[in-house]
Amino acid sequence: MSESTLLNGWGRTAPTPAVLTPVHDDAEVRAVLAAAGGRGVVARGLARSYGDAAQNAGGHVLDMTAANQVLSFDPETGLVDVEAGISLDELMNRFVPQGFFVPVTPGTRLVTVGGAIGADIHGKNHHVAGSFAQHVRWLDLLTADGQVRRVSPEQDPDLFWATAGGMGLTGVILRAQVQMKRIESSRCLVDTDRTPDLDSLMTLLAETDHLYEYSVAWIDTLAKGKRMGRSVVTRGRFATLDELPEKRKADPLKYHGSIKLSVPDVFPPGLLNLATVAAFNELWYRKSPKRKRDQLQSIPTFFHPLDAVGGWNRIYGPRGFVQYQVTVPFGQEEAMREVLDRLSSFGTASFLAVLKRFGPGNPGMLSYPSPGWTLALDIPVMKGLAGLLDSLDEVVIAADGRTYLAKDSRVRPETFEKMYPRLEEFRAVRKQVDPDGVFTSDLARRLAL
Amino acid sequence: MIDALGSPGSLLLVGGTSDIAVATARRYLAERPLRVVVAARDTPRRAAVADELRTAGADVQVVDFDAEDPGSAERMVAAAAGGGDIDVAVIAFGQLGDQDQLASDPAAAAALGQVNYVAPVVAGTVLANRMRSQGHGAIVALSSVAGERARRSNYVYGSTKAGVDAFYSGLADSLVGTGVSVLVVRPGFVRSKMTEGLPEAPLSTTPEAVAEAIVTGVRKGRHTVWVPGAMRWVMSGLRHTPRAVFRRLPF
Repeated sequence: MSESTLLNGWGRTAPTPAVLTPVHDDAEVRAVLAAAGGRGVVARGLARSYGDAAQNAGGHVLDMTAANQVLSFDPETGLVDVEAGISLDELMNRFVPQGFFVPVTPGTRLVTVGGAIGADIHGKNHHVAGSFAQHVRWLDLLTADGQVRRVSPEQDPDLFWATAGGMGLTGVILRAQVQMKRIESSRCLVDTDRTPDLDSLMTLLAETDHLYEYSVAWIDTLAKGKRMGRSVVTRGRFATLDELPEKRKADPLKYHGSIKLSVPDVFPPGLLNLATVAAFNELWYRKSPKRKRDQLQSIPTFFHPLDAVGGWNRIYGPRGFVQYQVTVPFGQEEAMREVLDRLSSFGTASFLAVLKRFGPGNPGMLSYPSPGWTLALDIPVMKGLAGLLDSLDEVVIAADGRTYLAKDSRVRPETFEKMYPRLEEFRAVRKQVDPDGVFTSDLARRLAL
Repeated sequence: MIDALGSPGSLLLVGGTSDIAVATARRYLAERPLRVVVAARDTPRRAAVADELRTAGADVQVVDFDAEDPGSAERMVAAAAGGGDIDVAVIAFGQLGDQDQLASDPAAAAALGQVNYVAPVVAGTVLANRMRSQGHGAIVALSSVAGERARRSNYVYGSTKAGVDAFYSGLADSLVGTGVSVLVVRPGFVRSKMTEGLPEAPLSTTPEAVAEAIVTGVRKGRHTVWVPGAMRWVMSGLRHTPRAVFRRLPF
């Protein structure tokens, strides 16, 4: 029996042991699969899922980050073939200087392409570009029978759309072809607006989001009463060459994506409390401009502000935290208001919540985005939280909404079933390609996927 | 799996008809529905408990378990695990015994040792093996303040609980890093069917209070909990009371 490693997600809750094996090629993946035994296998990338998606208690976990090469790139079309363990960070380092950006990026660039497909991640451009899988032309999937299948939306739509958003439960994504997005510069032109409450925020986004390629709002969750939902909206697009100031025109695609500082391993618990977080949120709101237009920002500043601080998840202390991310359809704004209101009055020391409007969904059976509002916020583990979130789930279900598996670490299986009406289709595909359930994870067990 | 906020999806009650076991299941069910395995002898009481928990929203499985049968634990855990991983297992069986009889009848003392000490050790060993291979889980063992310092009025019972307490405390340490945890619960006098008709001791408590302590203890990943909490300080005092005084205490 090989040595086990305790693994956890970004929220640092519920760690479990598994045999973690770095895999460099298809043969090494097959070898782990052959030795898997009854507790199964799941692939793990950069472990940015908040909960238990990339851990497998008592079983095997594949460390996919060892297979991280660019296999080919066509500068004419922007199509790149990569190994699934490559990070979006590396893709940016390689291709931003050549005039190509990743088609979709979440709030961190430290995710792998395999993970981006498995969670079918979305970003600030969802309302115009959809989610990550919509920019994947094909993927190579190693299934339970040891075969490698090239799966595309045209050739095998069922398997493709079960794998996109399928949290690694259909097989191991080995390689993929991704359509990169052409950019003229590495700078973004950003408009900032401050809104005093939730109504004005939702109105602003509903009326003018279509004018922007990228859009997101940060809400102060500690503001109550009339100020509930006060927020800062940042929206923008990549600047064209002409729009750059003269001094930047010489090197328009210059890019630095480094991590500047790290949170120490032991962060004093108690430093984050209602008073300090409220003070932070107040300061953040006040220092943001009321209205600013065409501000030039770098990619890290606009897309990945938190990546500047390595290991920021440690600030919530040893008990960890959860991220509650849910979406409700347009027309269900009242449900979103109730969720935000009850989270605010619960008094958790939460920093900012993120609100965004989704565009159309895609055929992914377990893909999260669907037309409507999505809200996300981090909450430290505390007394009464389990019951609160269970009751908020009821509000979300009543509004035909759902929760995001990449963030989840605590939803109930019956609740999840109600949120994803296409779960049975997903199960049918999974049963076909993996009849013995070789691919499994703590998340799959917890939710009886 | 026990989720990020400490809620399990399945619960095994070993000695599933005990008041504390039932109260624990009810306490969990008040939050969420879950799978409950009731392991006990085949009695009308077991059927009644199963019905009660089903009504409360549990997906109930009934499994045979007899603390007097040394081979029973292995079969019981295998049957319980057949329905999926065991997230939380509560070792809740035990007998008080009749001290007068226990003091004079060696066979009765041996029988109490089997039920109260040997059987929990066997069950704990089987469960720990099972949970180690599944890579997660929590074992909750019902110890007693009576095991902290044996009294003349119930030293046979007290000695079995002292053994159980030592076993599970050591087991807890041996499981560090395996994903499996052990919670040792030390209640004072619990008003339940086990203590029916006995005079109440000071700081007596209820099965519901013990259940609350179990749910909170598992949620917070505690190793030891006292019920009520003040018992910890009382017993700390009694542990250091001179013997000449201790044996004259009126309980």
